[in-house]
Amino acid sequence: MAVSLDLLINAIVAGVLLGGFYAAVSVGITISFGMLDIANIAQPAFILLGSYAAYMFNSSLGLDPILVGIVMLPVFYVIGMAVYRLYYYSFELRGEQAIQGLAFFFGLLFVAEVSLVLIFGVDYRFVEAPYTEGSLHLGMLNLPFRMLIPFIFSLIMIALLQLYLTRSFIGRAILAVSQDGLALQLMAASPIRIKQIAFGISVATCSLAGTFLIIIQPIEPSIGRDYIGRIFAICVLGGMTSFPGMVIAAMLIGIVESITATFYGPSWAPAVAFGFLLVTLAVRPAGLAGR
Amino acid sequence: MRIGVFWLVAAAVGLAVVVLTRFYFTNEYFFFAAYVVLQYIVLSTAWNILGGYTGYINFGTGAFFAIGAYSSVVLHKMPALLKTFDIVIPAIPLPVMILVGGVVSGIVGLGTGYLTLRLRGVFFAIATLALAVVVQTLIVNWDFVGGSRGIYMIRPPKAPLGGSYIQYLYTLMMVLSVISVGIARWIERSRLGLGFAAIRDDELAAEAGGVPTLRLKLIATTLSGALMGMAGAPLPYYVTYLEPASTFNLAYAVNSVAMPVIGGMTSWVGPVLGAILLGTIQQLATVTISSALNLLIVGLLLIAFVIIAPNGIVGLVQARRRRRAAAGEARAEQRAAA
Repeated sequence: MAVSLDLLINAIVAGVLLGGFYAAVSVGITISFGMLDIANIAQPAFILLGSYAAYMFNSSLGLDPILVGIVMLPVFYVIGMAVYRLYYYSFELRGEQAIQGLAFFFGLLFVAEVSLVLIFGVDYRFVEAPYTEGSLHLGMLNLPFRMLIPFIFSLIMIALLQLYLTRSFIGRAILAVSQDGLALQLMAASPIRIKQIAFGISVATCSLAGTFLIIIQPIEPSIGRDYIGRIFAICVLGGMTSFPGMVIAAMLIGIVESITATFYGPSWAPAVAFGFLLVTLAVRPAGLAGR
Repeated sequence: MRIGVFWLVAAAVGLAVVVLTRFYFTNEYFFFAAYVVLQYIVLSTAWNILGGYTGYINFGTGAFFAIGAYSSVVLHKMPALLKTFDIVIPAIPLPVMILVGGVVSGIVGLGTGYLTLRLRGVFFAIATLALAVVVQTLIVNWDFVGGSRGIYMIRPPKAPLGGSYIQYLYTLMMVLSVISVGIARWIERSRLGLGFAAIRDDELAAEAGGVPTLRLKLIATTLSGALMGMAGAPLPYYVTYLEPASTFNLAYAVNSVAMPVIGGMTSWVGPVLGAILLGTIQQLATVTISSALNLLIVGLLLIAFVIIAPNGIVGLVQARRRRRAAAGEARAEQRAAA
């Protein structure tokens, strides 16, 4: 029995680490979907772009993947702003965002995936860094560095974003636009500009989330899909707009997945997250920390 | 055109195409390619019953399609399984498999509808994406139908209706196309279709106006799911080797969204037009260029159409007709004034 208790505790800790990474992946969707009401289902495609950027600079120049992720933040920010511009003029302005907008992002996801296949092929790619191997041993706990490092950086990123949203002027304007765009307009701030900045930030987070992803596991173009359900599940479960709620939800899903993978086999893990999502949507669409 | 007349004409057109092509084309490849195009007519028409008429986007086409395919696998293995219990039954014919696949997928459609249709549109779409992954995980872990390794399906030695087996599959798919298009057109002109349109335009107002929205949405998910399942049921015999990764391919979902969007979602003509157009382009591109590139074309076309022509080809034609009618009226008025 002692052995399985050991196993259980390790599974839970691994789940918490995994949850930290899931939080980094979901923070963008919490901004775009939760706050701006833009169902960007192409988010995983941007995350994979981040992973492949890290792979390219890591394999050719030997740069540290997380450093690449940080350097690429502005690039992703600009891409995000451009995508929002296109989205705004094509759909929001015409008031057709619901169906057409979804189809647009779905098409974007698919085009990105196929382009990655055409450029990089379907082989698994990985990065090399001092922390991709080895682990930290604490008593009976075993913490692999490839999980620990993304976990730490992801929590830092989310904390900084939380500070930005609650303390800075633009950040508060983003929160305001999520509550009432018209009221913001009456305060003489353009909701479109604010939304564009917010969407830029949401895509920029993909740069770092993508590098975390490729540090944790080797990637190929189609694994992005596995994350669509997961990130929306976390966003909805966390109550749509709240970062702390999102982090808790991410860890919850991480723990459940990790326990499932440990005791029933990894091939069952994806179904758990998605089952979680279906049940959450059916029973409590407002999430754990609903507005 | 009255409903009965339309059914007769559609059936006659389907029959004529089948007979003519079977006489005219001696190359087997034509039937392989035409099967896929017809399969997409069924899939995109089925998708449009839920997506176009009621406005609920389903990204889980692959799941319903695969449920149909895998229910055929189960039925295919049934005689051998029952033999171990000393029960002897003959091999189950394909039309029965199609019916069973339709029923199973329809039940799953009803279930998902019941679970998820109280959700706002976007949440529904995300839930269907999740559904596809759940179903895929179940199939991957289910060894009886081959699990992640896949399963070989041996075609029955003789094709009914004469000709080769692929011609038989092609004929069946033609029948399914005619049926699904007929159903779609019937819905459009019935009270059911009016109710669907009311839901699409303003669900709250429809509910307040006495439209039984939940019941109508359940009818739509069930019908749509059932037709997708029926389209998937012959797949095991078509590919002869069935495995989850390609059966749950995202291409099915993308195509069944892209085809109605490109053709036009408001009428039954749209999905048919989109399926024939995109399906044929893809078949040609697969042969002449590469299969990865043809998927890229579909994705780009989808994006281009939702931005430039959100109502599809049918919408473009209608707008043009309206403009011409308006111009004609203006001329008539001028003449009257003069």
